[in-house]
Amino acid sequence: MNDQRPITIIIAIILVGAVLLTKLFLIQVADDSFLKRAERNAIQRVVDHPYRGLVNDRKGNIMVYNNPIFDLMIIPKEFSVKDTTRFCEIFQISKEELIEGYTAARKYSYVKPSPLIKQISTSEFAKIQDYLIDYPGLFVMTRAVRSYPQPSAANALGYIGEISAAQLERDTLKYYRQGDYVGLSGIEGFYEKELRGVKGVKYKMVNVRGVDKGSFKSGEYDTASVAGHNLTSTIDLALQQYGEKLMEGKKGSVVAIEPKTGEILAIISAPSYDPNVLTGSKFGSNYLLLNRDESKPLFNRPIMAMYPPGSIFKIVQSLVGLQMGVLTPNTTYACNRSLVACHNHSSPVNLFGAIRNSCNPYYHQAYRAMINREVSSSTFKDTEIGLNAWREYVLKFGLGSPLGVDLFNEKGGSIPSSALYDRVYGPGRWKYSTIYSLSIGQGEMLVTPLQMANLAAIFANKGYYYVPHLVKAIDGDNRRIPEKYRTKMEVGVDAHHFDMVQDAMAEAIYGTAARAAIKDITIAGKTGTAQNPQGEDHSVFIAFAPKEDPKIAIAVYVENAGWGGRAAASTASLMIEKYIRGEVTRPSLEEYVLAGKFM
Amino acid sequence: MRQDDLYINKIDWVTICIYVVLVIIGWFNIYAAVYDEQFPKSIFDLSINSGQQLLRIGAAFLIILLIMVADYRVFDNLAWILYIAFLVLLIITPFIGKEVNGQILSIGFGSFRIQPSEFAKFTTALALAKYMERPSFDLSQMKHQFQALAIIMIPIILIMLQPDTGTAMVYFAFFIMLYREGMPQRYYVLALTFIAISLLALGIENNLYLVIGVGAVILILILMGKKKLSRIISFVLLGTVIVAYSYSLDYVVSKLPEHQQNRIMVLFNPDLDPLGAGWNVTQSKIAIGSGGFLGKGYLEGTQTKFDFVPEQHTDFIFCTLGEEFGWVGSSVVIILFCALLIRLVMLAERQKNRFSRVYGYCVISILFFHFMVNIAMTIGLFPVVGIPLPFFSYGGSSLWSFTILLFIFIKLDSHRIQLLGRMG
Repeated sequence: MNDQRPITIIIAIILVGAVLLTKLFLIQVADDSFLKRAERNAIQRVVDHPYRGLVNDRKGNIMVYNNPIFDLMIIPKEFSVKDTTRFCEIFQISKEELIEGYTAARKYSYVKPSPLIKQISTSEFAKIQDYLIDYPGLFVMTRAVRSYPQPSAANALGYIGEISAAQLERDTLKYYRQGDYVGLSGIEGFYEKELRGVKGVKYKMVNVRGVDKGSFKSGEYDTASVAGHNLTSTIDLALQQYGEKLMEGKKGSVVAIEPKTGEILAIISAPSYDPNVLTGSKFGSNYLLLNRDESKPLFNRPIMAMYPPGSIFKIVQSLVGLQMGVLTPNTTYACNRSLVACHNHSSPVNLFGAIRNSCNPYYHQAYRAMINREVSSSTFKDTEIGLNAWREYVLKFGLGSPLGVDLFNEKGGSIPSSALYDRVYGPGRWKYSTIYSLSIGQGEMLVTPLQMANLAAIFANKGYYYVPHLVKAIDGDNRRIPEKYRTKMEVGVDAHHFDMVQDAMAEAIYGTAARAAIKDITIAGKTGTAQNPQGEDHSVFIAFAPKEDPKIAIAVYVENAGWGGRAAASTASLMIEKYIRGEVTRPSLEEYVLAGKFM
Repeated sequence: MRQDDLYINKIDWVTICIYVVLVIIGWFNIYAAVYDEQFPKSIFDLSINSGQQLLRIGAAFLIILLIMVADYRVFDNLAWILYIAFLVLLIITPFIGKEVNGQILSIGFGSFRIQPSEFAKFTTALALAKYMERPSFDLSQMKHQFQALAIIMIPIILIMLQPDTGTAMVYFAFFIMLYREGMPQRYYVLALTFIAISLLALGIENNLYLVIGVGAVILILILMGKKKLSRIISFVLLGTVIVAYSYSLDYVVSKLPEHQQNRIMVLFNPDLDPLGAGWNVTQSKIAIGSGGFLGKGYLEGTQTKFDFVPEQHTDFIFCTLGEEFGWVGSSVVIILFCALLIRLVMLAERQKNRFSRVYGYCVISILFFHFMVNIAMTIGLFPVVGIPLPFFSYGGSSLWSFTILLFIFIKLDSHRIQLLGRMG
């Protein structure tokens, strides 16, 4: 009777099946948005932060390492405490802090962990470790902060801090995430890529309440973090510390370089700070304090302070003159004090005597000979050509622009060109009498202490240098440091010209810096005084030693300490002895330097 | 030939095979739904649902054996008694049952509990078959229509009182059987039109569009036919009724309890409240949708395992399948269900007496409704109503009641020759 009705029912069954299959196809195969939503639901991406590379000094002493600190985490759901007073005693927090911390955690999530006490040190952790088991719902999370066993070389090592918005913007490879720590200054900043290592990623599964349910696909997609590379610094930690001790209570710089390699043995910026204060939770407040400090401990003087080179520049003048052929060892000038003031010494002097006695009128006249070569009938034109030709020689000594040390913000100093005087006086309106103070390293000329130390290295090497640097090996391999630190730089002055200069510098010690002399170690040095319009002149001294086989070249600046033979030469001498002998045999000189408060 | 051989040979093994395959797939899915990678337990472990379900599957096989060895006449003879017995159980359930989430659905002792509303499905089916078996029964008569309706409505009302709207709804599935048995077609046309208008009224935000649409259809109908006044008036009246109905429906919905209102609104737009009323559907669709073509692999699903989908081992068990076996796995199960249903239609049609055929169509009606509504709700085609997926969902009552329902029919089918004799 109803033959078509069973067929209708079968059609209805097939129709329903088809509709379900179609809809399933639409959401399962045609639309992949559900897969993404599922991953967002259940898979959490957790970054596994690598250990940052360590920094050792040149002798293998640890300078920077990673110190574990602990965050005490709380899971409100599991947490219970019977005796609050005892709990607060053990964990060293007040009842209010406990309640506040618990409430905040509760507010965040009942089942997910939140920090209760942040940044517990290793020693504090040791005290609470045994009690943790008595309190369910508490556990510790380990993190690493930078730590410095010796409070030394703060400005050279630099610090790490949270990445800034601007840095994130510049990070086109998108390695960093908000809240990541990066090296912001010093070696930490310059070698960030080497030190940071490679981040790992762990995919964790979480259930609907956010509770950890283990790794996704047994960690198939996880990548392990790779620790950063370890750096071997060129710094001699013992020498660095000794220098910092000598510079205590003073303002200034000490830079010591191994002349044969350009490796910086010590780089002291005084006053400095303990690098440990710029780590962990105290970073923000301490940074603010240091930044406001009037003595500017964050100002890295060796590479950022610029002074006129003063008398020390006379050595460069001598070498340039010799190379140009304007001067010979026998060139003699009278010490004519009507040109420029000088000290008491015999007159006239030859070049050796001029270096030894730091004779101002000699260089006034010698420099005129270098500048005015009578290549042009116009004095003005002649001076301009002469200045620019002379400048080419000087720039090769690593002056006038940053040397390229492995630190950020290195200043270049200034060796003036004709363009500068054209700007100030107008073209054709200046001549030798305008620029003569350059002859003795004064006037419109600025150098950094690092450049001065490099000059000492050039004198020691008789005409070449390696760009000074702070890192000699990456993971123990010295070929992995940047190419430029392994490239010999020639200054363009023949080696034999240096012989007489070195002799004069060795003699000069007994003239202007007798305190600097060390028994059995021949020091070649030169004092200088950087004029300071704001107050007492700065005391400057450069030297290298031993003269026969130079192991160390050094520049010392002590601000407002007056004539260079006093504070700076004494300090340099002690540093040289410390480095070469490993100990200092002149306690009285040491006491003198330590007591000298030149600020 | 001995009589026993005769009946064993007549058993429809195709149906039984599909049943066994579905039960086994279902059991593996229950294990997947509760599997915890961090604390893996054996599928046989009695402390987890899959182990428990295995016991219930064992019990289901015992029930099958009992049905198969029983005299086939017992179902015919006991139809009324069983029907009335379960009505009584439904009546007393609210008084002696255990309250869960404001519903009193199950009775029993200790951990052994059953849901009378599940078993009343097959008793009602038997009663309908018994009642409609009478030679004088004719569905074109209003009186008989009402009597058949009464047999269906009594358990519906009692179940509504528990209250369990979802299970009560299932009993309306018997209209599929009534359709086969000659219920006038106009009721179904009317009902489907009614449902369509209801959905449109709820789905279309602004009823003005509906008014314009209905007006346009009526106008066309008037213009196309004869332009007699009485015909025009009746069409205009019809249009007015439809419009009035859709407005009153909106009004009624606005008076419903909020959670029921939400369930209706979420059907049309699950993103309306993805964390509240839309949570189940949203998460269920994410779980199934993330399965892709081939699925994530057995025990590799994340959405069901980590409790993003509520009721994942009972009403939403299909999510586990969809997530771990993808579209291919889902298709296999859907095709198996369709094959089972079509096979049952074929079996029902070969019955020589009306009792067996009516009962067969009752089985088809119930299974079809459960299969359609349960899967449709997990993929957002139907509002969320708490009814299980036959043979899949965790729980004794549902597995046993579907097993009994199905195997009584297989038993009846295997005796179709004898039953023919009886009819004479």
